Amino acid sequence: MSRVVFRGAHLVDGAGDHGVHDLYVNGGVVEGVDLGGEVDREVETAGALLTPAFLDLHTHLRDPGQEQKEDLSSGLAAAAAGGFGTVVSMANTDPVVDEPGLVTDLVRRAARLGQARLRPAAALSRGLAGDRLTDFAALQAAGAVMITDDGIPVADSHLMRRACEYAAELGLVIQTHSEEPSLRAGGVMHEGAVSRRLGLPGNPDAAEALMIFRDGELARLTGARVHIAHVSSKRGMQVAEQLKADGAPITIEVTPHHLTLTDEALASFDPLYKVAPPLRTADDVAYLRDAVRRGVVDNIGTDHAPHTRAEKERDLLSAPFGIANLEVTFPLLYTELVLTGELGLPTLLHLLQDGPARVMGWEPPRLVPGAPADLTLLDLEAELPVEGRSFRSKAKWTPWEGERLRGWPRVTMVGGVLAFERGALAPA
Amino acid sequence: MAAGLSAVDASPATTSPQPEPRQARPARGRKQHLLDFADWSREELMALLDTTDVMAQVLTRTIKKVPALQGMTVATLFFEDSTRTRLSFDRAARAQSADVMSFAAGGSSLAKGESLRDTLRTLDQLQADLYVVRHPVAGVPYQLTRWTDAAIVNAGDGRRAHPTQALLDAYTFRQRFGGGASAFEGKRLAIVGDVEHSRVARSNAELFTKLGAEVVLCGPATLLPREFAALPGVSVTHRLEEAVEGADAVMALRLQQERMTRGLLPSLAEYVARYQLTERVMRSAAEGAIVMHPGPLVRDLEVASDVADGERSVIEQQVANGVPVRMAVLYTLLVGQR
Amino acid sequence: MPNPSVDHPNLTFKASLMSATEMERALKRIAHEIVERNKGVANLGLVGIHTRGVPVAERLARYLKKFEGTQPPVGKLDITLYRDDLTEIALQPIVRKTEVDFDVHGMRIVLCDDVLYTGRTARAALDALIDMGRPASIQYAVIVDRGHRELPIRADYVGKNVPTSAAEVVQVKLAEIDEEDGVELWERA
Repeated sequence: MSRVVFRGAHLVDGAGDHGVHDLYVNGGVVEGVDLGGEVDREVETAGALLTPAFLDLHTHLRDPGQEQKEDLSSGLAAAAAGGFGTVVSMANTDPVVDEPGLVTDLVRRAARLGQARLRPAAALSRGLAGDRLTDFAALQAAGAVMITDDGIPVADSHLMRRACEYAAELGLVIQTHSEEPSLRAGGVMHEGAVSRRLGLPGNPDAAEALMIFRDGELARLTGARVHIAHVSSKRGMQVAEQLKADGAPITIEVTPHHLTLTDEALASFDPLYKVAPPLRTADDVAYLRDAVRRGVVDNIGTDHAPHTRAEKERDLLSAPFGIANLEVTFPLLYTELVLTGELGLPTLLHLLQDGPARVMGWEPPRLVPGAPADLTLLDLEAELPVEGRSFRSKAKWTPWEGERLRGWPRVTMVGGVLAFERGALAPA
Repeated sequence: MAAGLSAVDASPATTSPQPEPRQARPARGRKQHLLDFADWSREELMALLDTTDVMAQVLTRTIKKVPALQGMTVATLFFEDSTRTRLSFDRAARAQSADVMSFAAGGSSLAKGESLRDTLRTLDQLQADLYVVRHPVAGVPYQLTRWTDAAIVNAGDGRRAHPTQALLDAYTFRQRFGGGASAFEGKRLAIVGDVEHSRVARSNAELFTKLGAEVVLCGPATLLPREFAALPGVSVTHRLEEAVEGADAVMALRLQQERMTRGLLPSLAEYVARYQLTERVMRSAAEGAIVMHPGPLVRDLEVASDVADGERSVIEQQVANGVPVRMAVLYTLLVGQR
Repeated sequence: MPNPSVDHPNLTFKASLMSATEMERALKRIAHEIVERNKGVANLGLVGIHTRGVPVAERLARYLKKFEGTQPPVGKLDITLYRDDLTEIALQPIVRKTEVDFDVHGMRIVLCDDVLYTGRTARAALDALIDMGRPASIQYAVIVDRGHRELPIRADYVGKNVPTSAAEVVQVKLAEIDEEDGVELWERA
């Protein structure tokens, strides 16, 4: 493994701002700063920000079985291009990741790619059918780090309770897609004045709030670590906050799109904006941003959910849910939240680094000797338009097409290997 | 080229959190599409009603046909069956000498879930000048405008809009009450029934308020969620007497039997008792008030038979006005094109 | 005095072709010719083409009543839906109501207009008229024939023949619409 130096980089991690140094990587780990000596590769940083690569606890890689949407290679390359060094893949593939062999296969195939690291989640119920638990212990032994039926809410409260009890015993994190199915019904967007006007079936915030309450109560009852995925509404967030304040062992995730888009986007009738849970009102967005500022939110998960172009060109009822946003997450949030002064850069980095690590019970990533060389170099200056067609993801369309953003990852290193390098950037 | 980035910005910028509005059509004083009434001014809508007068006259002649749209092709693209609406557009096109092609969802080409763009790309080879689109899902006519240069008329999309039905209702209203540009000023339209699932209600609320009338929506809360009160110029009530009182026109909406199943209504009997238009209720309406219904009418459900057949009823005129209104729409969108 | 810069920014005034008196005289002469050709006004109907053909028809009807004691019925014809250039023009023409309240079937119809030029308007009017029924005959009366026919059409009654160039514009003014009578020749800038 080669020795690499990041020359003159501005080093920042969860422990603080370490100033400008030459950072040396050797043998897949951080060697130290300002060491000098022979290197195989020198990365000119021009004072850009060098920081631990991001962790995404919520990525749909569609592999196996839906490779027309995404596969391990394209999905993990997209992750690296977005500055992510590790992603947790969701289990709603075809077949569903509900057997240890599938987990082993994913881990083995991903390791060969030299892209972002893959830590798979496994399904909570067999075939995501919501009636029988999967073999949590065997799945964990095979490498699964999280248990979730994400994509399909677990309707049966009894099954969810047993899952929590079992996961608590094994120290596994359960991630929940908290929407009460019978209230969510056929909703394709947030239920409210906009859905009434547009004549589209709505999905009320009460569906989310109710289920977050159930899942939080079960966490409290069983002691399981329950990670509430993609909280999208003010009511959902208020319920989650209260549960957390009451001592329920839950953690809270929000997504880039719920922090930046509203239900008015659906007035374009473009299925690009069809996501689950749905985009909410400006009031909800403001509340989520406030929750982020107040430190209530534990991590930002991308909920990267790629689909084919043809699927997103269907009518709004038959088009599938999801936005592919691994590659715009950081620039989007940096531009819309940090540059506007709403959020400090350390907080945003925390939600992509130490925050998700703590949710999972992993070591917070640090730029210290011996730490894995999972790094991302962020150019906070150059302002460039989002261009879906040059995404690494197979889903080359995005709600932010053409939007000029700052904060683009320039280099992402995973285990000492340069997984991603952006070409020369235009001057800012 | 760098992934996700380019130094050259060739694409238009969009702003978040709200996406760009629908692409503005070229400013040449002529409308390209009729999707809803969002970008139609009151003057343009009144001109459409005036043109309808002319078209209605054409239909009274010995030879009920004019050459206005000769050489043009209108394609009806129905993803949801509606023989009445399709035939009405068909007649409106042929009465102006346009050629007509029909595509129906029965054919495998319009299968559910297919990319709409792929469907349209195939049909565009046949070079229609205008598509008349009916689809069970809101928004499809809007989506289609992105992928064709042809004009698009929304013939009903899900619960969203049915602009030609609203136009024929407004035309019927103006026929009865007379008056030119101020025909709708100070007038009140009550729309009663299953508002939530009704594109007719949405389009009429949009059109009548735009023309200057006041609109009152009425129905049980399950079929008339309170958010409707947020529509401009619209008020909401759950009491029929309150809606009808002083109204110049009362429109009863169709009630579909399937609404009983999902807890939206306890029973038909209860609906009839609370919301059926009867002679007794209509007595509190304004002098000369009319009763409308978009059809097909289920007798003695939404409207009592004696009201449906009575003096106030303009239900038959509504049906008769379908063709001239659609003629005016096709003429307005197609003439002067190319 | 005409004021080109206000009334017609792109046109310059060239000449007056007919005064109000000359126009009145011409219309009276046409009325006499109609009576002569049709041996009276029995079974006669006048149809004016929107816009300026309508007052022409109305005036002729009044003279006919004066000369013969009976006023023939007058109709208004809008030919927009029959134009052959609808798909080519940039601005959408406003369609007006056709008001022909008598049955044209078996009648002698005199179609009235202000100017005869290419003949396309007359062609459209003939189609429109025939779609309303089957007249016994159709005759054509105009105040000015300016030449440049593109179709084999001629007028039966002409107030004045005026040779013009394509760059020129003939403006017939009628008091009912334009507040004064007269015919003017203008030229495009």
